[in-house]
Amino acid sequence: MSLHNNPSEAKAYTRRAFTLGSLALASASVVAPAFLQRSAVALEAAMGGRGSTPGVPEDRVLVVLQLSGGNDGLNTVVPFGEAGYYNARPRIAVPEREVLRFGRGADGLGLHPRLADVKAMYDDGLVGVIQGVGYPNPNRSHFKSMDIWHTANTNATGTGWLGRYVDNECAGSPEEDAGRAPSVAIGRTAPLAMQGRQVQPVAFENANLFRWLGEDLHDALAEPHQRLAERAPVRDHAHADGHGHHHAETTADFLVRTALDARISSDLIRNAVAQRPLVEYPRTRLAQQMSMIASMIRAGLKTRVYYVSLGGFDTHAQQGGAQGRHGQLLAEFGGAVRAFYNDLKAQGNDTRVLTVSFSEFGRRVGQNASNGTDHGTAAPMFLFGPMARAGVIGEHPSLRDLEDGDLKHLIDFRSVYAGVLERWMRTDSREVLGRSFRVLPVTRRG
Amino acid sequence: MSRLWSDVTPRTSPQARARAAIAPLDPGAFGPDEARHLLLRVGFGGSPVQVRLVAEWGLDRAIEYFLNPGEANFRDDTPPREIRDSVMAEPNPEQRQAYRRAAARGDEDALARLRAMIQERQREDRQQARAIQRWWLTRMIESPAALQEKMTLFWHGHFATNYRAIENSWHMLMQNRLFRAHALGSFAELMHAIIRDPAMLAYLDNHRSRRGNPNENLARELMELFALGVGNYTERDIREGARALTGYTFNNNEFTFNPRQHDRGSKQILGARGNLDGDAFVRAILAQRSCASFIAAKLYRFFVAPLPEHWDDRRDPGATPEVRAYVHAMADTLRRSRYQLAPVLREVFRSAHFYADEARGELIKSPAELLVGSIRQLLTPTRDLNTLLDAMDLMGQNPLFPPSVAGWPGGRWWINTNTLFTRQNAAAYLLTGRLAGQRQPRPADSYDPAPIVQTLAREDERAAREPEALADQLLRFMLGRRPPEAAATIASFIAEHGGVRNAQGVTGAILLITAMPEYQLC
Repeated sequence: MSLHNNPSEAKAYTRRAFTLGSLALASASVVAPAFLQRSAVALEAAMGGRGSTPGVPEDRVLVVLQLSGGNDGLNTVVPFGEAGYYNARPRIAVPEREVLRFGRGADGLGLHPRLADVKAMYDDGLVGVIQGVGYPNPNRSHFKSMDIWHTANTNATGTGWLGRYVDNECAGSPEEDAGRAPSVAIGRTAPLAMQGRQVQPVAFENANLFRWLGEDLHDALAEPHQRLAERAPVRDHAHADGHGHHHAETTADFLVRTALDARISSDLIRNAVAQRPLVEYPRTRLAQQMSMIASMIRAGLKTRVYYVSLGGFDTHAQQGGAQGRHGQLLAEFGGAVRAFYNDLKAQGNDTRVLTVSFSEFGRRVGQNASNGTDHGTAAPMFLFGPMARAGVIGEHPSLRDLEDGDLKHLIDFRSVYAGVLERWMRTDSREVLGRSFRVLPVTRRG
Repeated sequence: MSRLWSDVTPRTSPQARARAAIAPLDPGAFGPDEARHLLLRVGFGGSPVQVRLVAEWGLDRAIEYFLNPGEANFRDDTPPREIRDSVMAEPNPEQRQAYRRAAARGDEDALARLRAMIQERQREDRQQARAIQRWWLTRMIESPAALQEKMTLFWHGHFATNYRAIENSWHMLMQNRLFRAHALGSFAELMHAIIRDPAMLAYLDNHRSRRGNPNENLARELMELFALGVGNYTERDIREGARALTGYTFNNNEFTFNPRQHDRGSKQILGARGNLDGDAFVRAILAQRSCASFIAAKLYRFFVAPLPEHWDDRRDPGATPEVRAYVHAMADTLRRSRYQLAPVLREVFRSAHFYADEARGELIKSPAELLVGSIRQLLTPTRDLNTLLDAMDLMGQNPLFPPSVAGWPGGRWWINTNTLFTRQNAAAYLLTGRLAGQRQPRPADSYDPAPIVQTLAREDERAAREPEALADQLLRFMLGRRPPEAAATIASFIAEHGGVRNAQGVTGAILLITAMPEYQLC
């Protein structure tokens, strides 16, 4: 045999669909090993064959969109009504005539011209702009500040806030978790925000790589591989053995279960993503990643939280004004989100999905010598979706009352998290955030 | 504590129980399976030839070989000449003055040029960090002193420092060599050395710690993560310890003690009093009973079997009396040897407990163990080091970039749905040269399983002829166990693909075994 030929993708999917079907059937049989039964049940649940779990919010989905590198908030939501803005940024300010004005109720404010897609959504009542979001004693290290946002802890330590949410709401017995993928990150690794103590996030960058490569090498490997994977753990020795394990299952059992989880979620996700989206997406990386999320939602995955990132916002030099590098990133951001909601609307799923965007910090008010901006503090967050609270939320931070040349934050980001948890995910935010924060309403009234 | 012990065996002393728990293996019980296990744990696994050799040597000779790397010719860890100590050298007085002048003049162009120069050096330094990663990975793959490299990795995870935070590759290299020099030496000496290590001083901000305004980061972690564990010191010990460490800083690549920044006042730390400096602080830590227990538990987790998360040999009822007694014995040996590592490791690797069924296959391979182990056990080509490092990053263990000061949690933390695929695909890459999602021409360096098969056939000559026998031997060698259904599947795969002499078919069988969940265990 040769290990170097390539079976077609389509064939692999058909085979998978078939074998998964028969795996589900096995659950009815008394002879199936217990762990196979468990996985068959989990599979059924994951495919939408079972009703909702009591206590878990119906079928609401949260998408977190991270803008990495520190998005320049002042050139995103532009305070064109303030002379201070133009004085601080002689070479990179967005000219007043090019700003996409919010209009009534938000005088002197508008969006960067390359955010036309976001403006169109705003006009349709699908966008909320939360101004001046930050935290006390801002940290200007990308690394630290990102960890602060991810852990929801100004010490930047501990588990991720979304991980804790998923642990609280979705952690059941291992059999219930199998293949459910309660949280999915598009990326090489799952972000700290999604790392909890119990339920593991699923992370992948390219759904086609989220599987065993052996299948590419030769057809003949697939069938024995499956037989090797789908078998009861070998060594079932007593768990309370001489080594005093505190885990309910042995290490070998844990691995067999995770391998099975991986195979089930891999199949579910790859089947979902293989569908053609209902609308055209821009040809950008972010848009393609958001189209994968839309496809997973459409396929009925039980995933509650999706995470996606767009990098490149660390614009220390030549960031441009109305045009240029920063504007290009904003265009990619807006184009992807708009196509995503068009797709969700065509699916009939748009009201189920709230999207929240953030960046680890904004940038300094004054431009630097390289026509860029250095690490700053408070910045706007965006809410998207028909159920999001629409309009401009809060006051724009003052350009006159600065702290060491930086904006002072007006809304703590954990109030936004609390709002998302309480109003959208319908959970007790104190359980997840460790203490009580003012709950910022992030959804429409009623 | 006495109550816990007396529940079990009222008439024996804790010391006697501890000695019994760590009692040596009967030398006659040391065969190929034990040799395989020892090779995996003491280093990164060995080929079938090495397993046979170690089994022939017997337990004591094998252990002495690994504990005395001086005898192996890989002692010199001088880095390749292209790795330079000056990439991130601090600016000289003229450069400093040029910068000050430009800033004073408001000469933005000159400032931008100087900033660009700094950025260029940082870029170069990142490349150098990569070169250092490749150099270290190569040592792990090639060094006959495998335990030395494994302990270097252990100390890197223990005294975790992240290149990303300090941005000085030479300092990372110095630290790596420090760990290697003390790999099998004394933990006490390493503690005294680590408070002089530029990478550590920068990582935990001690170089910015000033008399009157001490930074507590290093003092805290010395006790919490490096030597005692939570609950064995007070917040006051941290504050006073931070004062003791003021003035411990570095200049370029040299540790310096700055007496002007050092707080000479009287301090009280962990029961010690006086004008204590950093060394006195370290001595106070090492004098704590909890210190040896803390290190013993960490070594147990790394080499023997998992323990509950915040484990304590006196208080935690989560471990069985046998395990508590065993770790207790390790801690005793550490104390008696004044924190020498060789005696305690010798005792562990000789103990019957280490070879017991309950310890075998109970650890999850770290990404380094998985990759380096696959190369060393299966004799695969090394392939491209950068690709291997990328894979390690994806699997959660990027050397020189531990996720936090607490290092890599290890164990089940390594495994999730995504890393599991990456692990399987990394093994497939080593065997076939193929990467997921890339169509490449057939690699020139193809894998040849013949040396493995030939040696395994010396254990059972039928393995050279019969697929069933070869499948048995492969599973036993690669997994340390032989699940019956798996044996049948592997055997029929070999039979259907040209039999035991067909290189591609046997490679396929090996590939299938690397994708089994149990391959992640060691």
